[in-house]
Amino acid sequence: MVKIIYRDKEWEVKPGITVKKAIKEAGLLVEAVLPIKDGKLITEDTVLKDGDVVKLIAVISGG
Amino acid sequence: MKCRKCGEKAVINMRHHKLALCQKHYLEWFIGQVDKTIKRYRMFRKKDKILVAVSGGKDSLSLWDVLLRLGYKADGLYINLGIEGGNYSDISLEKVEKFVAQHPGAHLHIVDIKTLYGRSVPELARESHRGKRICALCGLVKRHEMNRVAYEGGYYAIATGHNLDDEVAVLFGNTLRWQTGYLARQAPVLPSTHPMLARKVKPFCRMYERETAAYAILQGIDYIYEECPYAVGSTSILYKNLLNELEEQSPGSKLSFYLSFLQAKENEQICFMGEEASPELHPCEKCGQPTTAPRYCAFCRVIYKLRENGI
Ligand code: SF4
Ligand SMILES: [Zn+2]
Ligand SMILES: [Zn+2]
Repeated sequence: MVKIIYRDKEWEVKPGITVKKAIKEAGLLVEAVLPIKDGKLITEDTVLKDGDVVKLIAVISGG
Repeated sequence: MKCRKCGEKAVINMRHHKLALCQKHYLEWFIGQVDKTIKRYRMFRKKDKILVAVSGGKDSLSLWDVLLRLGYKADGLYINLGIEGGNYSDISLEKVEKFVAQHPGAHLHIVDIKTLYGRSVPELARESHRGKRICALCGLVKRHEMNRVAYEGGYYAIATGHNLDDEVAVLFGNTLRWQTGYLARQAPVLPSTHPMLARKVKPFCRMYERETAAYAILQGIDYIYEECPYAVGSTSILYKNLLNELEEQSPGSKLSFYLSFLQAKENEQICFMGEEASPELHPCEKCGQPTTAPRYCAFCRVIYKLRENGI
């Protein structure tokens, strides 16, 4: 499985899907997050493999 | 996805520019874009002293980093507001100090509101009877102190980290309410209208928020990720989310909304009244900064509890 981390939440998705699909399935927008794997930024077309851990960094700040 | 410049693995894809880049070329591209913006809007020159307002967030620290790399004379200003919720002020100051330690030669001014004026911003908000939200008061304090430090230090301009998403959210809000006075003034450069009111510039105004975050991450800038606790539920976040929904379906919408607004103003295709008669300014009797209010400026009224008829 692939682990996705966003703020203080964590969940799992099936391997074989793209980062973009994982972001959309979580109800998030590609435009509003930056995906990081192994400490490196990755593009949304990256296909997730079993055992991957992807952290989604929220980019929006307000005030 | 591959980097358009070198064919290596890309780290970011910018759909609005139809451009994917590797780390090295992204950082180069980003810095170049900011320099172009500075020149395009004639913000400042290499010889000018610039004061960068830093909050510890991704935008302001990235901006300071870019300006230093480009060889601009950029000093930082951190205003400690004394916000305790989530240890926001403590953590943000830590991030700024870490940045300074990693950038030899970077000079930082720190203004501590509680030390200088006896009360933190939340404390001032609690005792103030102006019925204003803390953010309005906080903005007032920040503006006053930025102008003061810029004037005392002989800075040519104050640079803030406002990014495209910030600007578009403001533009959207002002357009929804047709606030013509605000629309007239919204621009990458706000010229100085008085020697004690600094010129304000926004070198990141064309950079997407996603791009500034990517820059901070790729450049290894450690920034405060958590929001100021008072920003939660703000309308600017609501607008940003709405605009991102639009951007998702139609990449480039945010940039074209903003740039076509600036272009239409520049070409005088639209012009906003409402700013016509500039109100009469006179120096505040306490701090000297120009104000339209009788005797004392809004800042001194809050800080020193002054009224027109004396203390
Ligand atoms: S969210 Fe409000 S209180 Fe917090 S820093 Fe911004 S203006 Fe100040
Ligand atoms: Zn490259
Ligand atoms: Zn004053």
